[in-house]
Amino acid sequence: MAKLKVDGKEIEVPDHFTLLQACEEAGAEVPRFCFHERLSVAGNCRMCLIEVKGGPPKPAASCAMGVRDLRPGPNGEAPEVFTNTPMVKKAREGVMEFLLINHPLDCPICDQGGECDLQDQAMAFGIDSSRYQENKRAVEDKYIGPLVKTVMNRCIHCTRCVRFTTEVAGIAELGLIGRGEDAEITTYLEQAMTSELQGNVVDLCPVGALTSKPFAFTARPWELNKTESIDVMDAVGSAIRVDTRGREVMRVMPRVNEEINEEWISDKSRFIWDGLKTQRLDRPYVRRDGRLQSATWSEAFQAIKTAVAKTSGDKIGAIAGDLASVEEMYALKELIASLGSESFDCRQDGAALDPSLGRASYIFNPTIQGIESADALLIIGSNPRFEASVLNARIRKRYRMGKFPIAVIGERGELRYDYEYLGAGTETLAELVSGKGKFFETLTKAERPLIIVGQGALAGEGGAAVLANAAKLAVAVGAAGAEWNGLAILHTAASRVGGLDLGFVPGKGGISAAQMVGSAEVLFLLGADEIDLSARKGFTVYIGSHGDNGAHAADVILPGAAYTEKSGTWVNTEGRVQIGNRAGFAPGDAREDWAIIRALSDVLGRKLPFDSLGELRAKLYAAHPHFAEVDSIAAGSSDEIAALAQKAGEMGKSMFASPVKDFYLTNPIARASAVMAECSALARNNFKAAAE
Amino acid sequence: MSVRRLAEDTVQPASFAFSKENAAWAEATINKYPKGREQSAIIPLLMRAQEQDGWVTRAAIESIADMLGMAYIRALEVATFYTQFQLKPVGSRAHVQVCGTTPCMLRGAEDLIKVCKKKIAAEPFTLNASGTLSWEEVECQGACVNAPMVMIFKDAYEDLTAERLEEIIDGFDAGKGAEIEPGPQIDRIYSAPEGGLTTLQLVEAPQKTKAPVRASKAKAEQAVSVPPSNAAKPETAADVTNPALKTPATAKKAAAKNAKAEGETVDKSKPAKKPR
Repeated sequence: MAKLKVDGKEIEVPDHFTLLQACEEAGAEVPRFCFHERLSVAGNCRMCLIEVKGGPPKPAASCAMGVRDLRPGPNGEAPEVFTNTPMVKKAREGVMEFLLINHPLDCPICDQGGECDLQDQAMAFGIDSSRYQENKRAVEDKYIGPLVKTVMNRCIHCTRCVRFTTEVAGIAELGLIGRGEDAEITTYLEQAMTSELQGNVVDLCPVGALTSKPFAFTARPWELNKTESIDVMDAVGSAIRVDTRGREVMRVMPRVNEEINEEWISDKSRFIWDGLKTQRLDRPYVRRDGRLQSATWSEAFQAIKTAVAKTSGDKIGAIAGDLASVEEMYALKELIASLGSESFDCRQDGAALDPSLGRASYIFNPTIQGIESADALLIIGSNPRFEASVLNARIRKRYRMGKFPIAVIGERGELRYDYEYLGAGTETLAELVSGKGKFFETLTKAERPLIIVGQGALAGEGGAAVLANAAKLAVAVGAAGAEWNGLAILHTAASRVGGLDLGFVPGKGGISAAQMVGSAEVLFLLGADEIDLSARKGFTVYIGSHGDNGAHAADVILPGAAYTEKSGTWVNTEGRVQIGNRAGFAPGDAREDWAIIRALSDVLGRKLPFDSLGELRAKLYAAHPHFAEVDSIAAGSSDEIAALAQKAGEMGKSMFASPVKDFYLTNPIARASAVMAECSALARNNFKAAAE
Repeated sequence: MSVRRLAEDTVQPASFAFSKENAAWAEATINKYPKGREQSAIIPLLMRAQEQDGWVTRAAIESIADMLGMAYIRALEVATFYTQFQLKPVGSRAHVQVCGTTPCMLRGAEDLIKVCKKKIAAEPFTLNASGTLSWEEVECQGACVNAPMVMIFKDAYEDLTAERLEEIIDGFDAGKGAEIEPGPQIDRIYSAPEGGLTTLQLVEAPQKTKAPVRASKAKAEQAVSVPPSNAAKPETAADVTNPALKTPATAKKAAAKNAKAEGETVDKSKPAKKPR
């Protein structure tokens, strides 16, 4: 710990702190542009100048100077810095004047206006007028992809975007070419950026040089209603803020959540919002004469009632999709159970995860923050870059700290960090489980080995055996202890852990999702669009928000709400319970899904015992108390992993393939989004170009 | 200075490869740097590519970036940062670099630039009609005593007048550049006073016995290899000067190793400083 005085106030801070951090600790505000907590220090904007007593007779850049570099006073007094002296004021005014020399001051037509660091700090620390008479420099705008718009005249060369792509996203895409007055930010030969996290440079840019292309010229930040919510594009459950104007979602921004996404979100989370406006189901439909025709709610309910009445209870089934919230799955499960069926399934991909094996067998036990304390990593059947981009950034963060051997079994892909490739499938895993191979030793030696098992390894017939063998490996290398539980199941669907927690899997006599498609006479699809319905024969009810795969195969469509249009609980891959909030209302006649199921239950004569979301949640919490513990994880027990390891048997021969074939098109909302379609087409072309 | 971009695609060659000799040299240069720090060789390699092809082509940037395992944008940053790298084709017989910094300007560099504009091209970095010549204005080349001067490839031509520069340019354009003697173009030896010594006249004056060594022709073998000196190395075992220190020191183990290496100094002849 180092002692120092900031503006006469004595504080004690850790040795590694910079002066800027120390000043903030003392409550003094220091303006900055280039400094960012999660990026390396550049020290090139000079806005954070402060005065150091006894130092050189000039202001010092506080972001680049450590508290250890300060000298004590002549009699051993604590070193002293100031942030409120005339020297500091003058220095800030000078720097601001320099920054504004070449800045276009086009705030009235700039998308950053109203949330611009330069604008705010010019107001707070600048002077009222310019003394600059000469021409400003002009810089050509660069094309850097379909998501980020550039207005390079506004760039102040803080290089945050360059550091972000290199350090966090893990791919050196952006750079500062030229020098001095002619310096420009660009990608190599203006190629489109390829990172799945590129949207974050929009937030990082302190001026309006990099802005969101889809959001361009659509709204001002001060006219938007901000709703804090949870992202459902992947199973990470990133914290987001949904900005709406009226009933329209205008954009999605990240929120800080150190435990999950820090302050990053993937491009799919950020740019999906145009998919919320297209392909929407805004009224009920009933199939008459082989065609889906719009109907009233009561006609749709009557059609379902007729079909259910003709069917015996055990021939009814329900499949929950990847975006469903816990509340609606609970309501649906109660309804199906009351009709006398045990056939419900939340695993569209057929992943061999069984809640009866205990919670530790299907959650990301070490937690996302725990990745940083792991010291060896084995990835089985997963490509976290596409399946959980933000989580992948966390792995990269750990990788950059050094001493972190990583190995992969499964598809060989570019993960944004170096790894050792062990093999493609079960044979390699079996070898490793039997204790052969160098990497087994690496894992054994590691104090906190981390084993990530992806859905690519768990889907299919051999999934259960793979899971058991992974558990056996975890036990063998000491990853399943009381203090450190390193077996991590990485999910791709936001609804999955919540569904498993609810027990939304076939009960006694129930059948699985794939069997239901073939044999259930009445099948309820709760936003299930990723399952192959081409062989579907019986009566199908689709409850969901978008006219996608599931709706095409349906006989009755009940229009539901998308994730921004309902308050719902989602459980992320770690098992963390989170509540998303409603930012707007569903279009047309569409209703919140739980309410649809409640209304349907009345028509079917099996009235569910709740009339409001509050009552539903009370019932839910009574049945599953851990859902009430919002923002916390009910940890799994390592004994469950030990028990699972006992079941390890022979695995068939198979290759692990990542379930995410196209990062940009994994769910119905993404498939309805024009922006995502453009990104997907671009990515596909890139891959083709690379193959040639 | 102006915005530096890569040349148009129409003039960019399809591929780049070091000649056999240069490839061997490049490998030796890369080996000078520790493992994982190969990227440090980017500047010498780009310069050698420029010497080979006359200018730095896009293919050269990409192939050198591949050789060093670095992103193309990182190599482009370096190539665009240093004005010494020519990003556009230059004259095949001469690229005239006129020093335009204050001492040369005061001694007539502006006249030299007029000559270039007249004889070569109206704009810098532009080839003349036959593609043999080009020119640019550069910053100080360190020959201020003999101002004004121009640099053509690696040779400096000093104490120029507009007429002399015209002759030199004509000479190079005719392919007779090798016949023009580099150095001062007037009665002056190196940077001694014009017209002979003005002081210390009793000492035997240096004679201009043979032509100065042409930098572009000087062979590497002629230079006696001098082992690196430790003279300026501080006698200390501070972390920053400790050759055993590998950055970044991320783990306690590595830090302990580094601490152990303390006490070893760069120069074995100097006694190690006793740990305090």
